[in-house]
Amino acid sequence: MELLMEGFATALTPTNLMFAVIGVLLGTAVGVLPGIGPAMTVALLLPVTYSVEPSSALIMFAGIYYGGMYGGSTTSILLNTPGESSSVVTALEGNKMAKAGRASQALATAAIGSFVAGTIGTVLLVLLAPNIADLVVQLGAPSYFAIMVLALFAVTAVLGSSKLRGFVALFLGLAIGLIGTTTGQARLTFGSPKLADGIDIVVVAVAIFAIGEALWVAAHLRRRPLDIIPVGQPWMSRSDWSRSWKPWLRGTAFGFPFGALPAGGAEVPTFLSYITERRLTKHPEEFGKGAIEGVAGPEAANNASAAGTLVPLLSIGLPTTATAAVILVAMQNYGLQPGPQFLDANPELVWGLLASLFIANALLLVINLPMAPLWAKLLQIPRPYLYAGILFFASLGAYSVNFDAFDLGLLGVLGVLGLAMRRFGIPVLPLIIGVILGPKLEEQLTTALQISSGDVSTLWSEPVAIVVYVIMALLLVAMAVSSRRSPVAAPKDEEKVSA
Amino acid sequence: MTTLENTPPQADRGKVVDTAQYGLAGFLLVVGVVVLVDAAGLRDGFADQPVQPHTFGYIVGTVLVLLSVLLAVATFRGDVAEEESGEDVDLTQGSDWATVAKLGAIFLVVVLTISWLGWAIVGAFLFAGTAWVLGSRRLLLDVAIGAALSILTWYGFYVGLGIPIPAGILDGVL
Repeated sequence: MELLMEGFATALTPTNLMFAVIGVLLGTAVGVLPGIGPAMTVALLLPVTYSVEPSSALIMFAGIYYGGMYGGSTTSILLNTPGESSSVVTALEGNKMAKAGRASQALATAAIGSFVAGTIGTVLLVLLAPNIADLVVQLGAPSYFAIMVLALFAVTAVLGSSKLRGFVALFLGLAIGLIGTTTGQARLTFGSPKLADGIDIVVVAVAIFAIGEALWVAAHLRRRPLDIIPVGQPWMSRSDWSRSWKPWLRGTAFGFPFGALPAGGAEVPTFLSYITERRLTKHPEEFGKGAIEGVAGPEAANNASAAGTLVPLLSIGLPTTATAAVILVAMQNYGLQPGPQFLDANPELVWGLLASLFIANALLLVINLPMAPLWAKLLQIPRPYLYAGILFFASLGAYSVNFDAFDLGLLGVLGVLGLAMRRFGIPVLPLIIGVILGPKLEEQLTTALQISSGDVSTLWSEPVAIVVYVIMALLLVAMAVSSRRSPVAAPKDEEKVSA
Repeated sequence: MTTLENTPPQADRGKVVDTAQYGLAGFLLVVGVVVLVDAAGLRDGFADQPVQPHTFGYIVGTVLVLLSVLLAVATFRGDVAEEESGEDVDLTQGSDWATVAKLGAIFLVVVLTISWLGWAIVGAFLFAGTAWVLGSRRLLLDVAIGAALSILTWYGFYVGLGIPIPAGILDGVL
């Protein structure tokens, strides 16, 4: 508690408050733009935070993060085409509400629900993260190794519709992660000293998210503009409030635990929240035509899961969503290494960050509710300018890392890879996580085997490691069973691959 | 591999072969082989290095080759990719690869000239060029916006953020 108060003291200085406001504004503005989800928002805005000192940068970053999330849900309510999978459910009822002339209420319940869920989620994060970090700090390299393998496996095999494509993405990511000289010898550098330090993850993330997306859209640009629903001042009537508050809380209860799990993500809890609200509602006739519960619950679940994601990220250093992966990259760029020692080593920074999550959340509500009509105008930006702008800022971001045309070239090549991945339905997340976790996996394995002087049995010598492997085995069995039950089964592939 | 893609709604239970996917399988094969060859070319690590530098390379390369075979088999059996949708994506029309190629050409020019011309000029060209390719027909306005953006970002990074982006040919002018 005391530490958190100190955190607030750090975050509430005028300078840092200003950075938080700038962060929220930038995050929302970029997040609202069609085609730009939270992960891309965060990746594109990374360079802006480079030269700011770490504590301010983290605070600005918290603002960008929450702003980007909120901006994304605005887009999916006002245009019926969600930018990322986590707001698919929001769009279901949200866009119907908007079409029925209740856009203001939909935006209001989304914003206030996000605030409620974000605040509760951050409280839980503050309570949980230090305790989990205390537990995790006692774990040895074998357990870390196991947890990372589980995270990779879960992100790849549990999420997404095609496991084969998940593994394709994962191993392409691991191959990119091999590049460099971390093991003392140059791997996959093709003799180029520019590849000796590996490929900057910022370049990989910006290329796969921004360039890949822009190229993919360019190949399929809608010739007919989408209908955008005009928005007035967001407000909610008394009955809207009374119909919203329970879904907010239930959504939070779904979202946070899923977010905190290594394979949670936001898709499952938003969907669960939607079904629950649909079952519990007193207005079943409105579902499918714009029921406010169907916006309030999933939006809260989405934001709570985003807060939950920060638990493994801060306490273990494990990113489980694309956005969390980019946040990890950002922190590493500030010279910080999230993980069990992180909280003890940088208490001011961590508590400053946690405090600024609360502040960013509150700012979001204060700034965004009155400004909603203005944000909605951003949706009308001409598409050529929008995508030209994305390419422009993505190039600027990649170039500003080292001022090297070589990075721009890499950006282009990886951007084409991102385009191909969208064409072939290959998920982006396993690739990014593979690039980040691949080298760490190798490091933990090396540490573990060094301590045991090469004895492989050390890998299952710790109870936590054994538990994790059992969980993985159970997941595998569950997957095999569910694919056997279905009519046209092709069960062998995933077992072979993951073995 | 889930059953989802084995029974895509538009495929009437049979031979819809996504030929382009063989290309992807080929790409995976090439990447896998390159990784394997690279791993094989590494010297042995130190005696106290329990995980040899080539170990991960062998694993990743082997699995990539395996995945490429699996993908080729799945493709042959009628597996069709689920293309990604999005806010501005219209999948009902065919793909317009000419636009993508033009964007690629513009990007190539940017990569080749940025060290010489500097961000201010190349950035403006990048914005105006891509906006033109994507269907904007007001060239003067495009160039004006592009120039404003690139000069503002250059000063913004230089002055505001303290990130000195090289000025290139305009060194001394900006």
